[in-house]
Amino acid sequence: MTEHITRDEVLKVAHLARLKLMPEEVDQFTAQLSNVLEYVSRLDELDTENVEPMAHAVELSNVFREDEISPSIPIAAALLNSPKTDGRYFLVPQIFDAE
Amino acid sequence: MSIVGLSAVDLLETMRSGDISAVDVTTAHLDVIAKREPEVHAFLHIDSDGALAQAEVVDRKRKAGGTLGSLAGIPVAIKDVICTVGQPTTCGSKMLENYRSPFDAYVIERLRAADAVLIGKTNLDEFAMGSSTENSAYQPTCNPWDLSKTPGGSSGGSAAAVAAEMVPLSLGTDTGGSIRQPAGFCGIVGMKPTYGRVSRYGLVAFASSLDQIGPMAHDTRDAALLLEAIAGHDRRDTTSIPQPVPSYSANLEEPLKDLKIGVPFQHFGEGLDSEVSDAVNASLDAYQQLGATVVEISLPYLSYSVAAYYLIAPSEASSNLARYDGVHYGHRAKDFDDLIDMYAASRGEGFGSEVKRRIMLGTYALSAGYYDAYYLKALKVRRLIRNDFDKAFEEVDIIASPVSPTPAFNLGEFANDPLAMYLADIFTLSGNLAGIPGMSIPAGFSSKGLPIGLQLQGPPLSEDKLLRGARMYERESDWKQKRPLLS
Repeated sequence: MTEHITRDEVLKVAHLARLKLMPEEVDQFTAQLSNVLEYVSRLDELDTENVEPMAHAVELSNVFREDEISPSIPIAAALLNSPKTDGRYFLVPQIFDAE
Repeated sequence: MSIVGLSAVDLLETMRSGDISAVDVTTAHLDVIAKREPEVHAFLHIDSDGALAQAEVVDRKRKAGGTLGSLAGIPVAIKDVICTVGQPTTCGSKMLENYRSPFDAYVIERLRAADAVLIGKTNLDEFAMGSSTENSAYQPTCNPWDLSKTPGGSSGGSAAAVAAEMVPLSLGTDTGGSIRQPAGFCGIVGMKPTYGRVSRYGLVAFASSLDQIGPMAHDTRDAALLLEAIAGHDRRDTTSIPQPVPSYSANLEEPLKDLKIGVPFQHFGEGLDSEVSDAVNASLDAYQQLGATVVEISLPYLSYSVAAYYLIAPSEASSNLARYDGVHYGHRAKDFDDLIDMYAASRGEGFGSEVKRRIMLGTYALSAGYYDAYYLKALKVRRLIRNDFDKAFEEVDIIASPVSPTPAFNLGEFANDPLAMYLADIFTLSGNLAGIPGMSIPAGFSSKGLPIGLQLQGPPLSEDKLLRGARMYERESDWKQKRPLLS
């Protein structure tokens, strides 16, 4: 486990997380995340070779239900919170070049 | 007749007898809110008109001889991370400043069915991430016992609202202690139920394998009443437990026979305030007076819970919060170059520091090359922590500990040191990792007059026992009678 994170790594992670950060935030997070990563590295002290990972507190598996049609939110209500809509769809900036 | 400060159980009784109406009850609480809110800042939204209209419906139903729900006419405040039709659901974030949920959370459906009065939405750390309610994008909440202190968090608004007698009941959510710690700091009762006992449908997700909704109240009777109204299986949350809900109120007064309490004294050392430790020890003495046995237990992996939690919770958060992309709902930036830049700019503007920090940490822990070393490792340690509890509960019925190492800290105290604030969650985080129920009950006051909480934890689905165990001590102590002095 590496204990520290560099400024470049912070920028890379910010890109993966789709977060545009201010330069001062990048500096702040580099220091703070290094701190936290150094702290969590104490988990390395533990031998977990034969331990099964625990993803959930209640280990229910295969929760099935009947595949039935049921009412869903009307289109108008679903679009109500949209930052940009034409009343039928969610509108996003153009993805492909015009030509 | 005095209404304010009464428990929900007493208010229900008084309304039933016809001495007061539901409108009287709601009006009295709205008056307290109007008076104290400028100091406490517990709420993000107060729905006075809606609340009075709901109360009128209850009075009309009662007059007509109709059947009334179990919380008929009781004002309940809702942590603003729970979707509620007709009121905003902001999650304390600029990202959702204008968000109006088109559907009710399961717990809101249940409260409406119980004829509760949904009086407003309470302040919280943004997306429930924090331990002081200072990460709210809108305002910090002040502790009603000392306005210079934090009420705790992330359910700080819900805790302060009950402590300041603005409402008899509130809902909080607990991902790492966010019900229990503010309950302890504000001198009220708060319970995090077993993971899966209460449906998370309509709870805005922070860390899905840890999040749980629970009751906050003046005493265990009220907590039991609220829990039985909201617990139960819901097919829309596939992790909800398909087991019937017992009537928590029915057996509450029945003490637990041969109660065996385990205490992890090994973790009481460094950083534990002596007044907190004295209060916990005094409550253990009281339990022994009541016939309980107190034994030391060992939870060897507990000291790794903070490290495991601060990998698992941010990892889940980074994935859950990917949905805020400025497309379907939430904030969209005005200036951007292309689609990817629109996502990044919207998220950069919409989220506050702590949320960004946790998204970054989680994205890092889940990224290629680090997944095994961080996330997977933490999940394995999570298993070890759960095994610790399972083993302890073979020997004891209940585990007792402090809720937090200190009473409420100053607002702003940890502003520049997030890790130090994370470390203060040492006693509560492990309960979420293990999925077990836990509660905070009042256990005394510091010399400066700040409340101190006692945490009681039990094995999965032992809410009934926990409440009865808590009630045994509550009946013997008069902490819940004390209320903060406010205008």
